Amino acid sequence: MFSHVLLKVSSDRLWSFSSTASVAARSYSHGKQETDEEFDARWVTYFNKPDIDAWELRKGMNTLIGYDLVPEPKILEAALRACRRLNDLASAIRILEAVKDKSGPHKEIYPYVLQELRPTLSELGIPTPEELGIDKA
Amino acid sequence: MLHLTAGRVAGLLSRRGVAAFSTSGVKMASHGGVTEQTDMSVPLYCDRLDTPLPDRPYKDTLSAADKSLKQKEKGPWNSLSKEEKLALYRIMFNETYAEMKKPTGEWKTVVGGIFFFIGFTGLVVLWQRYYVYPPHPRTLDDEWQAMQVKRMLDMRVNPVEGFSAKWDYEKGQWK
Repeated sequence: MFSHVLLKVSSDRLWSFSSTASVAARSYSHGKQETDEEFDARWVTYFNKPDIDAWELRKGMNTLIGYDLVPEPKILEAALRACRRLNDLASAIRILEAVKDKSGPHKEIYPYVLQELRPTLSELGIPTPEELGIDKA
Repeated sequence: MLHLTAGRVAGLLSRRGVAAFSTSGVKMASHGGVTEQTDMSVPLYCDRLDTPLPDRPYKDTLSAADKSLKQKEKGPWNSLSKEEKLALYRIMFNETYAEMKKPTGEWKTVVGGIFFFIGFTGLVVLWQRYYVYPPHPRTLDDEWQAMQVKRMLDMRVNPVEGFSAKWDYEKGQWK
């Protein structure tokens, strides 16, 4: 990402500060790099398939959790709705557990995700692991 | 245990579960006492942090109560009680994430084992000292050593900076 910042401090002097914050060097040999939005959209579409089957749900979730990231709430919402279509409450709860685990040491991610998902959770009647008491062994 | 982050490979591994590895389908000739081997040709259940949704539910033979609960699951989930939701979870999964991550205390066994075997080795060494080593050579006796030191001083071994230099010949004692 390049950022050019031009600062006019006073009419006498013109400060020009240009910095090039370089992107982490990616050695893709070819092809365009997928943006975060494209990634998210792709996964939301995957889980939004109306006739998604149980295998596809499992495969999608396991793959998603395998990535080095915590999925966006909108992807998780699509996954939870897929669980609803498949009449699978247990998997919905499991997904929430997996998100908390994926956050690792970043304890602020999980409450944020729950906050974003709160409408969906209430609508579908999905309890959080904390509500069921399974967040402690 | 290897921890693999690549999703596909983790998925592959998860299918193996934690069961013993065996050739799929082939029954090994049991010549007395071979443990039953997992059938690797069917989907397996596993509790893994990196595989939230295993290939099959934990309980696949459901009681009548479970079956009716599964029927109820097809309706709105808001009409399920907390206990029912928990029961549905336990049908599908064995351990929760919290249970999977619980510390095992295995380290106490390991450290205890280490100390035990070091102690045992100590006993072996002690036994060896009394039953294996031959008797001391007489040149290591205190009496012989004293005579040896006197002889070295009489010979003026290293009189400038070393051995004899540290002996006070006038007073007949170490400096």
